[in-house]
Amino acid sequence: MLVFLIYKVVLIACILGLSLLIAMYSTLVERKFAGFIQDRFGPDRAGKWGILQPVCDGVKLFFKEEYMPNTADKFLYILGPSLTMLVALLTSAVIPWGGTLSFGGNQFPLQVAGSSVDILYIFAVVSMGVYGVMIGGWASNNKYSLLGAVRASSQMISYELAMGLSTASIIMMSGTLSLQDIVHQQQTSMWNVVYQPLAFLIFFICALAETNRAPFDLPECEGELIGGYHTEYSAMKLGFYLFAEYINMFVSSAIISTLFFGGYHVPFLQHAGLSNNLVTILGTVFLFVKISFFIILFMWVRWTLPRFRYDQLMKLGWKILLPLSLVNLIITGLVTLFLHK
Amino acid sequence: MSLTNRTKVVSKKQMSFIERLYLPAIFAGMGITMKHVFMKKATIKYPEKTREFSEIYRGRHVLKRDDEGRERCTACGLCALACPAEAITMIAAERQPGEEHLYREEKYAKVYEINMLRCIYCGLCESACPKEAIFLTKNLVESEYKRDNFIYGKDKLVEPMEKDKRTDISKRLTPEVLSFKKLPNEKHNI
Repeated sequence: MLVFLIYKVVLIACILGLSLLIAMYSTLVERKFAGFIQDRFGPDRAGKWGILQPVCDGVKLFFKEEYMPNTADKFLYILGPSLTMLVALLTSAVIPWGGTLSFGGNQFPLQVAGSSVDILYIFAVVSMGVYGVMIGGWASNNKYSLLGAVRASSQMISYELAMGLSTASIIMMSGTLSLQDIVHQQQTSMWNVVYQPLAFLIFFICALAETNRAPFDLPECEGELIGGYHTEYSAMKLGFYLFAEYINMFVSSAIISTLFFGGYHVPFLQHAGLSNNLVTILGTVFLFVKISFFIILFMWVRWTLPRFRYDQLMKLGWKILLPLSLVNLIITGLVTLFLHK
Repeated sequence: MSLTNRTKVVSKKQMSFIERLYLPAIFAGMGITMKHVFMKKATIKYPEKTREFSEIYRGRHVLKRDDEGRERCTACGLCALACPAEAITMIAAERQPGEEHLYREEKYAKVYEINMLRCIYCGLCESACPKEAIFLTKNLVESEYKRDNFIYGKDKLVEPMEKDKRTDISKRLTPEVLSFKKLPNEKHNI
């Protein structure tokens, strides 16, 4: 019992620390990658290649003046960014980060809280992310923040539908909601992206919209809405909002690689005949390689495409992605029916 | 009927199905962005590398001395008059009997100040000087923390007495300038 408790606490600490570290350095990767695309170098003055830049940014945010507008709702003003950060970190609890490590007769699965309803949990938590944005916009007592928050939340709830439906076709194909089982099934047959490329495309576009990343970043763009729902925030509260966006990006990449790209499965590794622990560790490393690829893909899309206008955004979510995912669901259903006959 | 002959007829074609998908265009755009990641960058990493300046780059000023070490500037005020930004100020003084080795003529500049923040580095003072005393060199003006430190006095502007520490301005004396000096009316400039 004690061993189990210690192992869980260590695993939670590791995953928390790792997701914060990766989110911190993806701010640096974003700036450097953006620079390289734009024929310049990114920040490279703070430490070699700018490695200490995220540390400098964190220190700067800690030292800024913390103010609160005196007509703002005090409890909600602090609750907004905290809720966003909480929701961003909660999703990482059900992702299978690796196989099973075995030390001294005990099995340690590398998943904090696996269950048979992982995907339902993920969608529940992601829906709560809308609260953080809405509360932030309302608590600022600023009509432009509220407008930005309303736009942001309407965007997030519109794209959740298509996301859910494209996941539903994966669920229909795998027959299970548990992420661990989905990864196991991709170990025996091909990766899910080969069977469901359209679902992958729809899921990726919806993940871009859910994390408020370009080209769907109208809620937080500076030009049109002067900052949207985070106009009135400063210092660490603003830091929480911005940081939560990067954590969301990391977790979305992890979910995409688990659902569509085989999670911690390394192709052809079972033929090598290595020890179980080594296979697990290599699987986890390969999962992080996939996650990094998707994070770079998120950034690549951001720095290529211009922003959607609000009506174009809504049209895409409701009139194009939702029918497409429904069609995908129908086709998946028909194919599953005929194959199992 | 068109006012210029550079008209372009706007195409009103509807987008084809492939174009309306937007995805092929998006992928083409992403290819262009990725290509730029591997191209040579336009940044010059200062201060490890500096950019090249031309030989007649107009940087910081210098007040020259002649071959015997005497200051050439006679505080005539033509540079201050020519300066479009009114950056030069001076106070003249009379040369005393024991100072013949310091100043060329009887009048010299006791206080000569250029406000480097007002200066626009146009070089009109250099063109106006009849005594070939002030020149603009390739050296840059260094950053300071206080505005007052940007008012350069004679201690920062006059070049040192030692021959090897003098500033070389031979590249600024172009053939046109040298041929101008050969005119009979301009002999006093040599």
